[in-house]
Amino acid sequence: MTQPKLSLFGICKSFPGVRALNEVGLELYSGQVTALIGENGAGKSTLVKILTGIYQPDAGEIKIENKVIEFAGPHAAFEKGITAIHQETVLFDELSVAENIFLGHAPRTRFKTIDWRKMYAAAQELLSDLGAGHIDPEMQLKELGIAQKHLVAVARAMSIDAEIVIMDEPTAALSHKEIEDLFELIELLKRQGKAVLFISHKMYEIYRIADRFTVFRDGEMVGKGLLKDTSQDEIVHMMVGRSVDQIFPKRQANIGKSVLCVSGLGHPTEFEDISFELRQGEILGFYGLVGAGRSEVMQAIFGVTIPNAGSVLLDGKEIRARSPADAIKAGIVYVPEERGQQGVVTDLPIYQNISLPSLHKTSKNGFLRLAQEFALAREFTERIDLRASSFSQNAGTLSGGNQQKVVIAKWLATRPRVIILDEPTKGIDIGSKAAVHEFMGALVSQGLSVIMISSELPEILGMSDRIIVMREGLIVARYDNNDEISAELLIRTAADIQENAA
Amino acid sequence: MSRILKTREIWLALVITVLIIAITLRAPGFARPENLFEIFNNTSILMILALGQMAVIITRSIDLSMASNLALSGMIVALINAAYPQIPVPMLMLLATFCGLVFGAFNGILVWKLGIPAIVVTLGTLTIFRGLIFQIAGGKWVNADKFSEDFVQYTRIDFLGLPLLSWYAIVIAGLFFLLMTRTPLGRSIYAIGVNPVASVYAGIDVGRTTFIAFCISGALAGFSGYLWVSRFVIGSVQVAAGYELTIIAACVIGGVSIAGGIGTVGSALLGALFLGVIGSALPVINISPFWQMAISGAAIIIAVILNARSSRQKGRIILKTGSAK
Repeated sequence: MTQPKLSLFGICKSFPGVRALNEVGLELYSGQVTALIGENGAGKSTLVKILTGIYQPDAGEIKIENKVIEFAGPHAAFEKGITAIHQETVLFDELSVAENIFLGHAPRTRFKTIDWRKMYAAAQELLSDLGAGHIDPEMQLKELGIAQKHLVAVARAMSIDAEIVIMDEPTAALSHKEIEDLFELIELLKRQGKAVLFISHKMYEIYRIADRFTVFRDGEMVGKGLLKDTSQDEIVHMMVGRSVDQIFPKRQANIGKSVLCVSGLGHPTEFEDISFELRQGEILGFYGLVGAGRSEVMQAIFGVTIPNAGSVLLDGKEIRARSPADAIKAGIVYVPEERGQQGVVTDLPIYQNISLPSLHKTSKNGFLRLAQEFALAREFTERIDLRASSFSQNAGTLSGGNQQKVVIAKWLATRPRVIILDEPTKGIDIGSKAAVHEFMGALVSQGLSVIMISSELPEILGMSDRIIVMREGLIVARYDNNDEISAELLIRTAADIQENAA
Repeated sequence: MSRILKTREIWLALVITVLIIAITLRAPGFARPENLFEIFNNTSILMILALGQMAVIITRSIDLSMASNLALSGMIVALINAAYPQIPVPMLMLLATFCGLVFGAFNGILVWKLGIPAIVVTLGTLTIFRGLIFQIAGGKWVNADKFSEDFVQYTRIDFLGLPLLSWYAIVIAGLFFLLMTRTPLGRSIYAIGVNPVASVYAGIDVGRTTFIAFCISGALAGFSGYLWVSRFVIGSVQVAAGYELTIIAACVIGGVSIAGGIGTVGSALLGALFLGVIGSALPVINISPFWQMAISGAAIIIAVILNARSSRQKGRIILKTGSAK
């Protein structure tokens, strides 16, 4: 067997409260494409960030051609010939194509000024080599489409003689034709002996272009090998895992009448024809790949964005939420996915975070009553078992799990009818996860209705009464959750993989 | 956040005290109570303006038009007083406040509804308001002999040993403290400054809250317009020209973060007092007023460095807990 170009051993990386990578390994070979496969949150992007020098691993080593190396920062990785092409290309829109290619290493004249003529000529040559001679190097980058920007990014990689090219979901925003062009380009890179790491959710792309695969699950490496020896079913199996190591609370589903009725909801660019019903005491799970439009639908129901079609009925009455304030008043609350950005106000104390949407209740004659605020904070943090030394502590000093509890307490304090949880346990530790799950069970038994968006299959399968699967802005399947629903089935539906297609 | 600021306020109070002691050593009598009250009185208008500016800065905006707003509102009541001396002065105070409120609301509407950055909007209105003064006054001044006795006295009357001007500042500071710490509006102002996105999700109307902050700063600028004209007994195009930067300087020295979300009533007041003390001390110890500018400039830079350091420290603490896991 040939020597790997780049290899990783025992890489560990932890963030406060969560272990993102646990002793993972990866090998990349010259002239071959290795696919990195895993669910959302399996640790793929953390690994990319380690490879490109943005994060430093806590433990483990990185070897290039059997020499141990360390990346002090992004520039060090760049100098070692590692370059990454991201989903949303990180280039400079206002600069010309040639400047983007040669930024930081532009050819110079005798007087150390940039040799524009030489730079344009070299850029033209690089682009022609990639079969992209039609791109004018003097054009501004913003005039190009995403596929062409990828070409520029690849040209940049070639200009520094990158030996290792990382492609992090490069096809996410491309059309079919553009994807084919990209694959031809990857074939070209292979022929030139580059080692390529290809990250994608889409199984057919992986089988189309990659030679090898490595599967991550929950921050661990669970399998690797040659694609020609492995079936899609086997890979899906590795992604999901056989053992369900999380225990979900048993609860008595006591489902009542319909509470929320969404029909024909549409948005010009994000989703269309979304209809579903939520009943009292029910947990409705929304599953799909990242970018399937689940959060966007919920944000429209919550009034963050305005839908252009359809209606939302709560208890039979139509609500038109023009802003989150309207939705909160009607009794719908939303716990967003980006906890730090959209959920907690990190520089405000815990009690102020909790009272923020309920200020009209805790104030009288236009003045806040701090005693009431503290009482509110105490009541709802006790219910969710929040551990903090003081309510005056800034919310930002809490761990991820406890921050999530603050956000949930904040919404419970508004006494809602419907609570929408967007990836409620993303990035929080196992203990807090279990607490959040238990708490969701408690909520529905008190008559609340819960919509839970989750990309974690065990969570979807373990918690939901019914499951709706979305793909590319549409609802593609609805299931009553019972033992016949398997994780494999959900992944296939969400990613549009035909059964036994391999 | 509040703890850092608390200590910051104590530090600033200490610096001001040390400054007063040091100057007293050079110029005995500087620390006499009458003189200190005089300094306080001289700083009253700046304190009121700094409070308004603070509310706007906390929402991540800035109001560059405050001094022009002050001058325009002041000119309006000066002209009215000169023409109709029989109109009671409290009415004129209300009118000045109302004019300022309208001008502030104009800023706020542009920022809210058209989404123009506050710095651009208020840079525009800064010159517009100045230009209007020239228009309404026909380019003339309103001189001391044109004002009614009451108009001049309503900042000077002695009440419990302090001139009314000082009392206005004290009362407004008290009301502002209640506003910022004890009302839903004050809480919303902090929340949108710290995290506008999370505030939207919590049902706070970010645009409307910013608009109200501009109305507040405008109203205070308008009220200060009357105070200024009454105190210096002159209405002219040049009133408070360039003063907007002094107001912002007071906020920054006090520890109000230009990035928004951070700042207290105490910090704005102390920042203003610091500038007030420097301003009255330097002539006493024979230092040219140009040094005063250099010193306040240095104070701003030191304050910003301290701000940056305190926020960097915060980052380190987070990392420590991270590696402890």
